[in-house]
Amino acid sequence: MALLRLSSRCTGISRPLSAAFSRFISTDTTPITIETSLPFTAHLCDPPSRSVESSSQELLTFFRTMALMRRMEIAADSLYKAKLIRGFCHLYDGQEAVAIGMEAAITKKDAIITAYRDHCIFLGRGGSLHEVFSELMGREDGCSKGKGGSMHFYKKESSFYGGHGIVGAQVPLGCGIAFAQKYTKDEAVTFALYGDGAANQGQLFEALNISALWDLPAILVCENNHYGMGTAEWRAAKSPSYYKRGDYVPGLKVDGMDAFAVKQACKFAKEHALKNGPIILEMDTYRYHGHSMSDPGSTYRTRDEISGVRQERDPIERIKKLVLSHDLATEKELKDMEKEIRKEVDDAIAKAKVNITVILLLAYSTFTNG
Amino acid sequence: MTVRDALNSAIDEEMSADPKVFVMGEEVGQYQGAYKITKGLLEKYGPERVYDTPITEAGFTGIGVGAAYAGLKPVVEFMTFNFSMQAIDHIINSAAKSNYMSAGQINVPIVFRGPNGAAAGVGAQHSQCYAAWYASVPGLKVLAPYSAEDARGLLKAAIRDPDPVVFLENELLYGESFPISEEALDSSFCLPIGKAKIEREGKDVTITTFSKMVGFALKAAEKLAEEGISAEVINLRSIRPLDRATINASVRKTSRLVTVEEGFPQHGVCAEICASVVEESFSYLDAPVERIAGADVPMPYAANLERLALPQ
Repeated sequence: MALLRLSSRCTGISRPLSAAFSRFISTDTTPITIETSLPFTAHLCDPPSRSVESSSQELLTFFRTMALMRRMEIAADSLYKAKLIRGFCHLYDGQEAVAIGMEAAITKKDAIITAYRDHCIFLGRGGSLHEVFSELMGREDGCSKGKGGSMHFYKKESSFYGGHGIVGAQVPLGCGIAFAQKYTKDEAVTFALYGDGAANQGQLFEALNISALWDLPAILVCENNHYGMGTAEWRAAKSPSYYKRGDYVPGLKVDGMDAFAVKQACKFAKEHALKNGPIILEMDTYRYHGHSMSDPGSTYRTRDEISGVRQERDPIERIKKLVLSHDLATEKELKDMEKEIRKEVDDAIAKAKVNITVILLLAYSTFTNG
Repeated sequence: MTVRDALNSAIDEEMSADPKVFVMGEEVGQYQGAYKITKGLLEKYGPERVYDTPITEAGFTGIGVGAAYAGLKPVVEFMTFNFSMQAIDHIINSAAKSNYMSAGQINVPIVFRGPNGAAAGVGAQHSQCYAAWYASVPGLKVLAPYSAEDARGLLKAAIRDPDPVVFLENELLYGESFPISEEALDSSFCLPIGKAKIEREGKDVTITTFSKMVGFALKAAEKLAEEGISAEVINLRSIRPLDRATINASVRKTSRLVTVEEGFPQHGVCAEICASVVEESFSYLDAPVERIAGADVPMPYAANLERLALPQ
């Protein structure tokens, strides 16, 4: 069962089932409780418990999917340097726990909207590697048929509304989606993701005010990676306590490098939003790459800081330790899994490379009916 | 029927026909609308269909566009289009471009409506015409009604349209009454987007314009008729898509073109029409195209200056 569920994650690519996975089927249904590494800090609400319900299947899925996301982003780096990806390319490696933890707490009826660092969120919403690499390279099989690019991935059937280039714009849009969910009585919520840079945007406060007035099921998630492009948070925000910036809106500060803390916070937030309206989640996270591929990421932060985070807080390493300590796989099995993932990503790139570029007729259609 | 009642009845009928249609804006509910266009709608449909917003255009426009992403049909009112500049990023980057950027996955069935252009003595910051600005953006439809029939037919079409529509009304036309046909009063009435209307046929000169200037053009045509000049007056109705076919066919017939608008002259709607005619009907022109537009200054307050700043 675990095998099938794991293989359904790599859509479009079939792999031979390795013997190493047969162990996982028997431990599939075992529930496991994980303690978050840090407590939650709350503003105007009672924080959720640090004990997170999980299962061995979820632990392994977390590892596999985050490793896939990591590999995908690193491969995108190489493609960009090879000039197969053009323009802007904002990579998410380091922040994977936010994408994966959030997905684990919600359904595809709940909506997600984010800014331009969207590749991994897209994957989490059910997007395929083929769609990702095709879009990045401007090909027809891309999720936006090559017309969007890195910053404009969408997956409407999974309630993923993009992919936005203008800093902060996605927050009012997300509140609007939440408005629609309330209007149609969907019992679903919207997660509007934004960065510490966007957290100072006026439109955010305008949308939050309206969301609070109208009790919209909007969850504002600040992915605080501590740098708005090249500007450190303390230089941009008089108050970098983003979870408190909602003032009259409750907030929670979460260790964004801990996928289980993220999962717990999102579950808590969803319950809250459906009953009481908007809430802010601040995910304390980190990006290893610079702001984009044009930014080396080392002129405004030290290499020691970056390697320090990688050593102490890497989200995948944390899950790996949990998998090993719960005896769900051996080191070798995990290494084999990583090798498979590497191959999966390489295969997807090769397939995307031979995909054709979009034809001119398609390029001109701006309207729904022509 | 007055233009005001025409707009009100159009919104009312579309709200009645489709539960996804809702109205949002400043003072649209309890106040009955700053210009009374949404009068009675709150009482009829309730607070779940008519939303009074705080004075935060960027925020509520973004929310409206997001609601449209998720399948609702918002009718967002700007008290005047001057205030739309606070929200223009959402109109253009979030609404207009989304269908294209998502390769058709996301469509945005939203209407942005409100008074546009000069009113009477409201000064520089409250008098700008935004037709040229919005009409230059691929992904938007831009409409400008003149008569009550235009108002009804075009607004109903706009609300039904699956793509974002900028609907430019005129404050000074709201109170004006026009004859209206039985057909136009029917709840299924709709005008096509992208088709201009020939208000008056003529053979010596073509006058193209939109909104309030249509009335002026018709009066001018009367005066010209006294001098033996037969003017054809075209009411554009649709600024984007522009009905180049109708305009060019008319110019090929008359050989002369006068384009009129109230907005600033540089890079205006008139400039686009002039370019279109020069590109497509050059050999038919007997004289250079004449542009009549507002003066190239921010709108002054004093009545005599305001008169000088606008086509009369």
